Amino acid sequence: MSTDLQINVHHLTRVEGHGNIVVDMKNGVLHKAQLDIVEPPRFFEAMLKGRNFHEVAIITSRICGICSLGHQLTSLKATEVALGLTISEQTEILRKILVHGATFQSNVLHALFLATPDFLNVGSVFPLINTHKDVVLAALRLKRLANDIGDAISGRAVHPISCVPGGFTKLPAEKELLHIKDMLLKEAIPDANFVIDVLASLADKIPQFERETEYISVYSDKEYGLYDGDICSSDTGLYPVEKYLEVTNEFVTPHSSSKHAKFNRSSYLVGALARINNSHALLKPQAKEAAAKLGLRVPCYNPYMNTVAQVVEVVHCVVDTIELIDKLLDMGIKQEKPNQEVTRYGRGIATTEVPRGILFHDYTYNRQGMIEAANCIIPTGQNLANIDDDMKKLVPEIIQEGKEKITHKLEMLVRAYDPCISCSVHMLDVEFLE
Amino acid sequence: MSATQVKSKPKVAFFDFTSCEGCQLNKLNFENDLLDILEQVDIVEFREAMDGKADSYDIAFVEGSISTPTCIERIHKIRRKAKILVALGQCAVSGGVNAIKNNFSSEWVQETVYGQDKYLFPSIPAQPISAVVKVDYEVRGCPMSTPEYLHIFKSLVLGRKPEDFDYAVCVECKLKENECVLDKGMFCLGPISRAGCGAICPSNGQYCTGCRGMVSNVNKNGAVEMLKKHGFSTEEAIKRMKMFNTNEVEKQISWGR
Repeated sequence: MSTDLQINVHHLTRVEGHGNIVVDMKNGVLHKAQLDIVEPPRFFEAMLKGRNFHEVAIITSRICGICSLGHQLTSLKATEVALGLTISEQTEILRKILVHGATFQSNVLHALFLATPDFLNVGSVFPLINTHKDVVLAALRLKRLANDIGDAISGRAVHPISCVPGGFTKLPAEKELLHIKDMLLKEAIPDANFVIDVLASLADKIPQFERETEYISVYSDKEYGLYDGDICSSDTGLYPVEKYLEVTNEFVTPHSSSKHAKFNRSSYLVGALARINNSHALLKPQAKEAAAKLGLRVPCYNPYMNTVAQVVEVVHCVVDTIELIDKLLDMGIKQEKPNQEVTRYGRGIATTEVPRGILFHDYTYNRQGMIEAANCIIPTGQNLANIDDDMKKLVPEIIQEGKEKITHKLEMLVRAYDPCISCSVHMLDVEFLE
Repeated sequence: MSATQVKSKPKVAFFDFTSCEGCQLNKLNFENDLLDILEQVDIVEFREAMDGKADSYDIAFVEGSISTPTCIERIHKIRRKAKILVALGQCAVSGGVNAIKNNFSSEWVQETVYGQDKYLFPSIPAQPISAVVKVDYEVRGCPMSTPEYLHIFKSLVLGRKPEDFDYAVCVECKLKENECVLDKGMFCLGPISRAGCGAICPSNGQYCTGCRGMVSNVNKNGAVEMLKKHGFSTEEAIKRMKMFNTNEVEKQISWGR
């Protein structure tokens, strides 16, 4: 059967950054199905050259406003490895709470404000204020609380202030932590449960599409992998973070505006779905219940379910934050100064899960304590090849549905990955021929 | 409110150029007031949050720096359609951290990031929005502060001119009764940086990075001398001033060298 189809979505909406969807099919043969990235390049690796350890994390958090905390923590961890700085247990727990806050803030923003409008056939969250006010308010409260966690512990949720190499310049008061715990129990848990009920009722709006791929995430055997751990591939198992270049294998493709990544297959997936596929057993019981309610069974090969996986993580993060706060309060907050006694100068590599997936920072400091070389590998860049592969499988499967529906499903697909395009410091600015 | 007033709600649009989009995100972070604000204005374009486009805007908020040839085309188009254009955040106001790359040769910068593929990716020095089109108001800071933004937003919707802060961060820091950051032995740009942030960084144990730009009557040589007295070399002082203010520093200094 001969079918022609041309789709060109210029500057896709409700994603972070600038991307175009291009599909070209002639006589039933798919010539092109890809996400073009048209974000201006930013050159962060070059900007770090010659900066000392007091400055580095301040600059790298500016890679992305949405994942500024994740970039900052990964940066701090890489610096600490490079300079031989150790951190206290208290610092580690506070950082884990920050990661939880940032993760559920971002997951709520994406799942409820950017993706849900598609399930309810509207173009943005704004019309939902009239039709689904209770959902919008619950989402706003969850987001506010997540930001409050960032404000209380790091001074500011966007571009945190008090996290520095070796620790914190200011510590939260116990009563602030108690207040957060109280709000999580009283507000966040009921709100999250309500949101899950609503999403469960929309389950049939999530497109049915499956493509098994390789899932890569941080993995720790002690806890659901977010703050730290090894690199885990669903195909070939665990790798130490030092081997990240062998896993990511960034490459430039002639038909794409951005560096892509691949490991054991032509592409791999990172983000909430990869984390849940690799670490489902380590989710808190309440999060496992939420997954069951939302019909998320592992291993899940439907990329559209990434949005659902994000909501499951909201529950996990809320519950674990409460437990971590309890632990901190039991220990009592110690007024300690950041440990900035440098013991060596060299290379440091670190990884953290940010909401959109696994993130790597790699720094080399010279003997004067200045950055000599830097490399950052960002989740969205790692997902791009996988998005293209999904499109190439999806378009022929739904070709009978008509251009409008196909376009919408492709937009939803890209959105499901929650791409964070300005994050992707490697991205290139190239003009495209349609 | 009468029906005619409802019809004439100001049309507001948001645009992003080279930036981290953190300022846009901060806009969504006044969760408590968001719904009230939406009753007062019509948001007609906001790619990060909604579908849809418009032909003209009463107020256009623009985030990010100009750093590619396509940025220049886009900002001219936006300016033509906008009655009031507001630069949002330090990237838009001065070039922000994006302008750090202006300190190096563009050849080296592109090679460092893209290696042998460098020629594929055109980029120009990062510039503020005001380098290309007329900017009516500025919201400074990296990130811009949400309460300040809310205040400016309300002022513009009400048709009044928002105030400009043109005194040093030290003023606000003293009001907070913080111990002087320089006296603690740390680096600090408080004495020459614009206030309006409530000295949020010193109040959290950090130093002022100058993320809101420099005061308009800055004593340039004095600043370098002061930092020297606290043990920071001229080079170090200028490098750190350039973190958020490369374009401002480059424009102004022959100083200290």
